[in-house]
Amino acid sequence: MAATLDMTRYRGRQVQSRIALGLACAATSVGLFVLGTILLTLLWNGLSALHPTILTQMTPAPGSKGGLLNAIAGTIAMTTVGVALGTPVGILAGTWIAEYSRGSVLAQMVQFVNDILLSAPSIIVGLFVYELMVVPMGHFSAWAGSVALAILVVPVVLRTTVDMLGLVPSALREAAAALGTPKWRTVTMVCYRAAMQGMLTGIMLAVARVSGETAPLLFTALNNQFWSTNMNAPMANLPVVIFQFALSPYEDWQHLAWGGAILITFTILTLNILARFLATLSSLKQ
Amino acid sequence: MQTPIDGTNDSYPDDSGSTRTAPLEAKSPVAEMTNKMVIKDLRFYYKKYEALKGINMALYDKHVTAFIGPSGCGKSTLLRVLNRMYQLYPGQYATGEILVDGQNILDPKLDLNLLRAKIGMVFQKPTPFPMSIYDNIAFGINLYEKLPKSELDGRIEHSLRKAALWGEVKDKLKQSGLGLSGGQQQRLCIARAVAVKPEILLMDEPCSALDPISTQKVEELISELKSDYCIVIVTHSMQQAARSSDYTAFMYLGDLIEFNDTATVFTNPSNKRTEDYITGRFG
Ligand SMILES: Nc1ncnc2c1ncn2[C@@H]1O[C@H](COP(=O)(O)OP(=O)(O)OP(=O)(O)O)[C@@H](O)[C@H]1O
Ligand SMILES: [Mg+2]
Repeated sequence: MAATLDMTRYRGRQVQSRIALGLACAATSVGLFVLGTILLTLLWNGLSALHPTILTQMTPAPGSKGGLLNAIAGTIAMTTVGVALGTPVGILAGTWIAEYSRGSVLAQMVQFVNDILLSAPSIIVGLFVYELMVVPMGHFSAWAGSVALAILVVPVVLRTTVDMLGLVPSALREAAAALGTPKWRTVTMVCYRAAMQGMLTGIMLAVARVSGETAPLLFTALNNQFWSTNMNAPMANLPVVIFQFALSPYEDWQHLAWGGAILITFTILTLNILARFLATLSSLKQ
Repeated sequence: MQTPIDGTNDSYPDDSGSTRTAPLEAKSPVAEMTNKMVIKDLRFYYKKYEALKGINMALYDKHVTAFIGPSGCGKSTLLRVLNRMYQLYPGQYATGEILVDGQNILDPKLDLNLLRAKIGMVFQKPTPFPMSIYDNIAFGINLYEKLPKSELDGRIEHSLRKAALWGEVKDKLKQSGLGLSGGQQQRLCIARAVAVKPEILLMDEPCSALDPISTQKVEELISELKSDYCIVIVTHSMQQAARSSDYTAFMYLGDLIEFNDTATVFTNPSNKRTEDYITGRFG
């Protein structure tokens, strides 16, 4: 072993390390700066719109006062139905891939297609459901909107289910099998439990993803100026309302659009932070 | 194999070339000693790799059999064949025969869940389920029995007592099993295996993660359990094998080199490699 340290090489590495660290910090601050600017702009323009009436009144006609109640209710309704429709499909398909056919050609194909769907532009999904439901039914509807959202939920949930079940150690499955546990019971009572927090995180990410989607709803649920609980009719929703109001020439509408944007941004931010929190909790446990 | 083997033949073909006495003949004063498991020309493959190269032996009821041998010789593999755990993975298969109470458990038509309910297993690393201590044990019981609550409670307490864990957990049965220490988790897994009343108990280095005191508790448990079960234990500790087993099998590179009662294997091994291993010259 050489007794002396090669100081020039050591210094050289230190310089390299500093440069890499500097670049990484710069990239991070660019990202944070953009996010910070968006949030600040939102707060700046929208805080004054956050009047309690935003939660109690319907979307107004141009020039009159109003709120976003019908749009908020519509977003909650369609997101709920969409997640309720998409989650079981995602979990079941993910379970099939992870537990029943891991590594098989078919499973790999399904997962590949799923990954494509995961990054497919959501407007395509909107057009697809438009052809699938709106055209045959002859009108826009909240059902169609929910189905479009469900189609966006499936790949997110499927992906996290596969990933989280993949993290469950096979020793746990062996331990269950060693007791004579039938496979379905091992999956539902041991694997799901072990992967639960991760899977919940996936569902919350899916909620966050679809609750802000505009494009798929534009072609399916469209919008509704009035309060409506009829899933078979067009339904108001925050993203489309924001889209319409922000593009309108009326100042009241633009103002409301800012308010809606704040609402939806901070709800999604909260959901994401919660999902993160859950994920950290579950990784701490392991 | 050219030699046809039928269920009544007690002399096993010996292809390793080593001299090996069949313990049943060498030492049969114990009247109630019965074969619980008879292994005949067992070969096991990980895809193309032959990990067990024709094992012939018997495991006796109400006795402890220890498997020793250098790392990678196939001890865990053998255990995983005995309850067909390998079946969880594609590309692994076994040939030969393993008779449990006369029935060949390598029969592909056999119901694996029922088989595994009868053959308990404790793993090297503790594997508590992500649920409460109580549920960890109730889980296995509820698979095949429908017990009223009071009886279930009783069975759980009994199992935990057997595993020398009751005193430590009786006040926190509803807490997660993951919150226990490594040694406690391992005893929880032993309690879980015992709770379903298996006939055979396979233990793969059950004490390797335990401190001396927990190890002693597990060894006491083994000697207590053997009055009811046929116990198979894999261990890297010669002392443990000598202390807690009645029979010892020495394996080397997928072969069974020597199998005899523990006293003979440790004091008067008939094979050079066994002697070298026991005295610490290799392995
Ligand atoms: N999943 C596997 N796929 C392929 N080969 C394997 C697999 N598991 C074990 N083997 C091989 O089979 C042989 C026996 O392994 P086994 O785990 O049974 O050894 P062991 O006697 O239990 O060793 P140790 O004392 O280290 O636990 C080894 O050569 C090992 O490399
Ligand atoms: Mg092993």
